[in-house]
Amino acid sequence: MSDPIQKPTVTKPLGPRPPSVLNKMDKKEGLGRRSFISWLSVGWLAFTAATAGFFTMMLRFFFPNVLFEPVQYFRAGFPEDYQIGEVDLRWKAKFGVWMVRNGEGIYALSTVCTHLGCTPNWLSSEKKFKCPCHGSGFRVSGVNFEGPAPRPLERYRILLAEDGQIIVDKSIKYQQEKGQWSDPEAFLKV
Amino acid sequence: MAEKKKLLERAGDSRLWRSIFRGGGIPRSRRQRMMAVLNSVFLHLHPVKLPKHAVKLKFTWCMGGLSFFIFLILTISGILLMFYYRPTIEYAYTDIVDLGEQVPFGIMREIHRWGAHAMIITVWLHMFRVFMTGSYKPPREFNWAVGVILLFLTLLLSFTGYLLPWDQLAIWAITVGSNMARATPFLGSEGPGAALLAIGDINFITSSSDVRFALIGGRFMGEATLLRFYVLHCIGLPFIIMIFMAVHFWRIRKDGGISTPV
Repeated sequence: MSDPIQKPTVTKPLGPRPPSVLNKMDKKEGLGRRSFISWLSVGWLAFTAATAGFFTMMLRFFFPNVLFEPVQYFRAGFPEDYQIGEVDLRWKAKFGVWMVRNGEGIYALSTVCTHLGCTPNWLSSEKKFKCPCHGSGFRVSGVNFEGPAPRPLERYRILLAEDGQIIVDKSIKYQQEKGQWSDPEAFLKV
Repeated sequence: MAEKKKLLERAGDSRLWRSIFRGGGIPRSRRQRMMAVLNSVFLHLHPVKLPKHAVKLKFTWCMGGLSFFIFLILTISGILLMFYYRPTIEYAYTDIVDLGEQVPFGIMREIHRWGAHAMIITVWLHMFRVFMTGSYKPPREFNWAVGVILLFLTLLLSFTGYLLPWDQLAIWAITVGSNMARATPFLGSEGPGAALLAIGDINFITSSSDVRFALIGGRFMGEATLLRFYVLHCIGLPFIIMIFMAVHFWRIRKDGGISTPV
């Protein structure tokens, strides 16, 4: 017993055993090597799936379903409220929209600078929108002509309601560089 | 004087001392002093000993140590500010004014603000010093990478803290900053590759589902943005930066202490 040489050496053949032996072993010891490993795999898979599920939940958690943001759809009064040749500032603070009326009609211009999102100012004496952040300038049409802004201001969907009031829908934008300003709802003919 | 030393020695041998400080006793030999450092969870992050010429102010500028010192000041003053500041659109700005004008020691907010500026400067100078002395070279190359992450986290802490006063400067600075997230490849609604993540006409990356949306908690800057930046500034980023700082300091010791002048 104390001498290792005297110990009986392994007599069983190496390699996979017949299933009958394994089944016997399972019954005898409760949990055999193979079923232990398969249960271990199941355990690890379940753990990995649960962890992955939780991280997915964590990621989704950051995208709220309900937003407490200002409405994107508003009634802007009647076309007669707007003077021809004027840039109207009445919705600038509340909705971020300039209403511009020219000889043919009205368009709703976004007050978000296309450079980095500041709000330009309408300089009526110079007939341009000038951004205070980095100096981008836009013509009354919204087309950029100076400073770092890469593209014209966006226009919002504009249409007439049944009662004759103007509706501005900010959820739909029209970009000049994509040729969208010719869309019938990008410009309200009056 | 001799009586006092005796008292200290008696305390060092006491059971209470030995239960708090592993190894016990007042360290007397060189080996015991080394063990005292290695057995302390805080001290063991540091090297046990340093070559004299490696800690010369002329060589290190002490910019790493100063950065950590300022970080501690920012942590303490920041926690104090949290007792008064409420991260809502209604109160944020007035609470900042209140902190400056009515709360005792109105300088506390200025300490936090100027400390933040100072930390940016010391972190950059630390990086400059490490670069100019070649201390980023093997075996310290990984610690340089950890340092770059720390610099990035420091800048993010500054960025998130910038919004909290909720004044015009803050709102527009974060508007500009977060608009850049629109251009993130694949994950930003205006970024390259975003259009590829679509099935037919259905775009998965829109202004209501992109990375900027998750960052500011909506399509526009608002209440959700302020709260998100507040949580990131006070909990999220400090938690992450402390983990990386622990690794950073520990690696200095493991990589052979402060590098020496050539």
